[in-house]
Amino acid sequence: MKALPWRWVLPPLLLAGLAALLLTLSPARLLNLNAPPLESLIVERTVLNDQGITLKVRAEGSAPMTIAQVQVDGAYWAFTQQPPDPIRRLATATVQIPYPWVEGEAHHVQFLTNTGVVVAHPIDVALPTPALSLATLLGYGWLGLYVGLVPVGLGMLCYPYLKVLGQRGLTFVLTLTLGMLAFLLVDTLQEGLELAGKAAAAFQGQALVWFAATVACLALFAVGRRQGKPPEGTALSTYMALGIGLHNLGEGLAIGTAFALGEIALGSFLVIGFTLHNLTEGLGIVAPLLRKQKLRWQTCVALAALAGLPAVIGLWVGAFAFSPHWAALFLGIGAGAILQVIIELGTYLQRQLHLSRLSGLAGLSLAGFTTGLLVMYSTALLVKF
Amino acid sequence: MLPTGQRLREYDIAAVEREIEVAPGVFYPAWTYNGQVPGPTIRVTEGDRIRIRFTNQGTHPHTLHFHGIHGARQDGIPGVMEAAPGQTVTYEFDAKPFGCHLYHCHSVPFKRHLHKGLYGAFIVDPDPQRHPDQVDVARSRLLGSSENQRWQELLMVMNAFDTNFDEENEVYAVNSISHAYMKQPIRIERDRPVRVYLINVTEFDPINSFHLHANFFNYYDHGTTLTPTSRTVDTVMLCQGQRGIIECSFADFEPGLYMFHAHQAEFAELGWMSAFEVVA
Repeated sequence: MKALPWRWVLPPLLLAGLAALLLTLSPARLLNLNAPPLESLIVERTVLNDQGITLKVRAEGSAPMTIAQVQVDGAYWAFTQQPPDPIRRLATATVQIPYPWVEGEAHHVQFLTNTGVVVAHPIDVALPTPALSLATLLGYGWLGLYVGLVPVGLGMLCYPYLKVLGQRGLTFVLTLTLGMLAFLLVDTLQEGLELAGKAAAAFQGQALVWFAATVACLALFAVGRRQGKPPEGTALSTYMALGIGLHNLGEGLAIGTAFALGEIALGSFLVIGFTLHNLTEGLGIVAPLLRKQKLRWQTCVALAALAGLPAVIGLWVGAFAFSPHWAALFLGIGAGAILQVIIELGTYLQRQLHLSRLSGLAGLSLAGFTTGLLVMYSTALLVKF
Repeated sequence: MLPTGQRLREYDIAAVEREIEVAPGVFYPAWTYNGQVPGPTIRVTEGDRIRIRFTNQGTHPHTLHFHGIHGARQDGIPGVMEAAPGQTVTYEFDAKPFGCHLYHCHSVPFKRHLHKGLYGAFIVDPDPQRHPDQVDVARSRLLGSSENQRWQELLMVMNAFDTNFDEENEVYAVNSISHAYMKQPIRIERDRPVRVYLINVTEFDPINSFHLHANFFNYYDHGTTLTPTSRTVDTVMLCQGQRGIIECSFADFEPGLYMFHAHQAEFAELGWMSAFEVVA
């Protein structure tokens, strides 16, 4: 038997030795640093009901944290915590405060830790949190259909209008779709990065968004081209529907949480705004199908569902089970999926123009792209809050 | 009159949620007694028996907590004579001591129940028979007496409103409406003396004050004495819940506008600015 080669054993041995050394010697002590443990707490979910205020908190201190006291509006209140032990790093606990909050008004919650550190959590507008029930599920479900499925479906129904277009018209529609997708990419990234800021710092939410986007884009790219050629026709539409669906999931999340937190008022104006805003998405999904001779209605329904139904899921999750880091992760994936579609649609368009020997359409393409951006931007004016 | 010879005064007060306009175009979702802020003034004579049927028509528990002398069971605090929404409780106690007092809600969260508007004046006039040494002074304070007729009496509740609930007031006033007495000065006949029942219920700011222009006044802290506690002053400082009686005269003064306001310039410019229009 050969002697165990030292070069295999040395690295793990040295690493273990170093860790042991650091743990026993604690080199920070050499610097005479005696800093108190870092204490930080974020509130991931706020529930207001007739029992008072319930907050799901996540600790991100360097040592287990103890919530010693809770103030609401500058007054100490009795509270219960589940589980009652000190909250370990990245663990969560539920804090219940029997505070008679006032509907429509602002309240200020402050946690006082056992070392005297104060962590503030403002509640801008107190409104009863929708309780999970069949009625509220249905209500949010309907809203999701209006925001997602209905506009996407309506947009797809424009297929016959688009079918009669010539090559120039088709180019315009495809570049318009590219513009729409560019808007969605920026919008999804922005939404994701914003949510990332609300997550515990240890989760590195912003990096999560970028990494998820990159990996999702590359993975979809690999899957889409696994047979050696880029997706076209129904396949391209499917990827588009997936990307748009993930964006609509994010949109649903945003609306669901905003409604639950009372940040936006549920008005018919807003719902109409979302319908108009998402109409263009349906238009984009059918654009790659325009060259096909026959389109099966089942395909259309499946594409509409893929693009539109995630809004329903987003609304449910946003209203009833929201966590900012998970939301940031999903929005990152959504951004990656949209980027993949932009690349595939862009190269498809390039091939088309090359095949038809159509050049000199730069002006038309630019017009289409800009129109797509403008339509999305101007309809977003109705729904951004 | 009760069989004991004591006079019985009965009141009905309801806690009502109502929007009030505290500055032009600014509506505040107030909690009120009988729909008004400050609540109805309860003015009685020392020694009277007071009976108040208090009905809570709001959505939160409320109380009536009187600044006066009474037993623990009439104190109107959480768990003692607190009316749940829809409930009626009856408070009954004797009016003492004489002075300028207040009543307010004492339910929790305390700050919110106060600054939402649940407070009012509780004025106990001295009974002249109980103050033989100062009968005339006591009679001048007794509502309805001929000596009292001569006086121009005013109630000023210094209050403020936190319209965005950030524990800082946006609107200051006496009697709720900012700058109201600046735009429509209070008419004062210069030959009749002026008496102001002044109460501070401003929340969040530790103190408030009253400053009179071009004149000086005598001040009775809490109104529980018949001789002034401060003589010839033009500014008094009141902490939260503090109150007193101001007596002054514009006799022989030049007719015109005489301002009075908080001498915290911030409060003055946010609404607690007023004026007397002294007429000959």
